Amino acid sequence: MQEDQPIVLKIENIHKRYGETEVLKGVSFTVKRGETKVIIGPSGSGKSTLLRCINQLTIPDQGRVWLEDEEVTHIKKDINLFRQKIGMVFQDFNLFDHLTALRNVEIGLIKVKGMNKKQARERAYNELLRVGLKDQANLYPAQLSGGQKQRVSIARALAMDPSVILFDEPTSALDPELIGEVLEVIKNLALSGMTMVVVTHEMGFARSVANEIIFIENGMILDQGSPYDLFINPKHERTKKFLYKITELYGKSKDE
Amino acid sequence: MDSLDFIKDIVLPPLFEGTLVTLKLLVFSIPLGLVLGILIGTGRVYGNRIISFLCTVYTIFFRGTPLLVQLFVIYYGLPSLGIYFSPFTAAVIGFVICSAAYHSEYIRGAFLSIKNGQMMAAQALGMSRMQAIVNIIFPQAIRRALPGCSNEIIYLVKYSSLAFMVTCVELTGAGKIVATRYFRYTEVFLVIGALYLIMVTIVSNLLKVMERRLKIPGLG
Amino acid sequence: MEESWLAIYEALPYLLKGSAVTIGLVAGALALGLILGIPMAINQVYGNKYIKIIISFYVWFFRGIPVLVLLFLFYFGLFVLLGLDLSAFKAGILVLGLRSAAYQSQIFRGSIQSLGEGQMLASLSLGMSKIQAIWNIILPQAIRISLPGWSNEYSIILKDSAVTYAIGLMEIMTRGKFIATRTFKPMPIYLICALIFLILTYGGVKLLSELEKKVRIPGFGNKGEGN
Ligand SMILES: Nc1ncnc2c1ncn2[C@@H]1O[C@H](COP(=O)(O)OP(=O)(O)OP(=O)(O)O)[C@@H](O)[C@H]1O
Ligand SMILES: [Mg+2]
Repeated sequence: MQEDQPIVLKIENIHKRYGETEVLKGVSFTVKRGETKVIIGPSGSGKSTLLRCINQLTIPDQGRVWLEDEEVTHIKKDINLFRQKIGMVFQDFNLFDHLTALRNVEIGLIKVKGMNKKQARERAYNELLRVGLKDQANLYPAQLSGGQKQRVSIARALAMDPSVILFDEPTSALDPELIGEVLEVIKNLALSGMTMVVVTHEMGFARSVANEIIFIENGMILDQGSPYDLFINPKHERTKKFLYKITELYGKSKDE
Repeated sequence: MDSLDFIKDIVLPPLFEGTLVTLKLLVFSIPLGLVLGILIGTGRVYGNRIISFLCTVYTIFFRGTPLLVQLFVIYYGLPSLGIYFSPFTAAVIGFVICSAAYHSEYIRGAFLSIKNGQMMAAQALGMSRMQAIVNIIFPQAIRRALPGCSNEIIYLVKYSSLAFMVTCVELTGAGKIVATRYFRYTEVFLVIGALYLIMVTIVSNLLKVMERRLKIPGLG
Repeated sequence: MEESWLAIYEALPYLLKGSAVTIGLVAGALALGLILGIPMAINQVYGNKYIKIIISFYVWFFRGIPVLVLLFLFYFGLFVLLGLDLSAFKAGILVLGLRSAAYQSQIFRGSIQSLGEGQMLASLSLGMSKIQAIWNIILPQAIRISLPGWSNEYSIILKDSAVTYAIGLMEIMTRGKFIATRTFKPMPIYLICALIFLILTYGGVKLLSELEKKVRIPGFGNKGEGN
């Protein structure tokens, strides 16, 4: 389906080291419009670092990133403009604790996009509707469940009209019974054609939603391909082992 | 190098004498203040209604008023009731009373932070309430109160300068006298400031060592 | 006894005028401390290495030296050296304010750091600049968290303001000493001074805790601490 779609995000040869350890050792991939790319890999393999290198929250030592033909890593470009178009959803939500759900979603619209308050409010409200939280609009983060918090943070990212959204283990901080509602939202986004890069350990979700799965270990892409390629026919023994272990650990989710 | 000679020959000798007085003030006030603070703090938590009430009023009063007022009452006020103190004694009394009020706040907080189970377990072993407080609760509480109390002690090092306001010539007072005589305020008070910084640094390092010594692995 | 009441009756209006001076002094010092303390805190967390070192030195200096020594140093020494001809009141505000900036910066710094870096990352990921993030996201939270510490700072400055007696600033204590010497009734006069301070301390703290309730956000800022 995405075969003839344009490339939205292109990552080329990203390197990053912290002191002695090289966390990313030259990672490259591209994401086409409407594609859902799932990144998996063991803890400490550099997944979060990779996502943060994409929107330059971490500055890579080497390598380049393009968003829709414009180079993000170009020194002369205003990074804040790119970040508006690259949504990010964090493992621990990072909602702004002093603002209600609605204000969390609209603040980027008002302060960054310069939208007027009335329009911003309307837009924010619609985004909350989209993630099923219209009744929680006026609650503060502390009054929301984990699943609700994560859905607000997704709405916050969506409101900015991003070209791509990066998810960093969006369900890892959630109680098991709350994971489903968040995955449901992300799945619907995929179906609606949103471009996404998702780091996750939810294999059922990966299998049913991913166009491509990338397996990262030790800061390098070890294996990549369609869910079928990886689950049924992995190139490396390591991939097989990892997938086996992770499926054991996290169980098979309802999506299977 | 006129400035350096002036400091070395004229300023430093009286300042060292003043420093000795300051240290003497502290040697008396710090331990006595801590002991009184522990008594007041314990009284607030474990005393009967009357004791607890009195200790609370004490804390409210002395934490709510400036040390300077307290010193004035002791040194200038009490003589009108026939009670006289030397400037040094008046200053020590003021420091002890005032710092005890602040210490008691930390001691009280520390007592309250110890879980109920500790008291129950001690009493289950057959200890009396008093025994439990002394042997089980207090040793834990004092460790928790220590960082707060350390801060108060460091404050006291600095506030000891107020002794000069009741004519006890300690470091600050000695400096004021030299500075006024030679009209060289900036140099003299910079030297004094340095001496206080040294004292504060030494005292806070000593307290840190003590905290480390008393530390129980995995606790606090 | 009766004479004591008479002395108090005579002294009270005079001391109340002193209270107004004290309040002005404390308000000025707190405001100056706030204006300097917040940018200092921000720079101590987000600033470059050199700014951090300079601020740390400032904080160390003003926190390590007694307020009485600072008053003498600045009022009789540095201000004169700089050719500033300041009234005791202005000098008092400056010294107490510069010193309070050191303390307040540490209160705010602690609050900012307690927020964790996630708030900044999330703001940046939305496309906010660092300054926008600090202004819209970090500060509104940090200030709320700082309120209990700030109320404590108020009570400290209020009590320290009495030390400006040493430079003859006409606040409560200077007037108290003056009138106590004149009436030969030190005890009742100083006790009244103490009472005025008591009222100002707890009244102010109460006022600030009301403010804290006003700006309170459900489930926010009351995680454990607070007294
Ligand atoms: N700011 C930092 N400073 C130093 N080391 C860091 C920093 N951030 C990450 N690292 C290190 O880089 C490595 C990769 O971290 P990263 O968070 O990207 O892994 P991850 O794949 O996301 O792991 P997880 O599944 O646990 O989230 C880790 O060894 C980590 O300790
Ligand atoms: Mg990670």
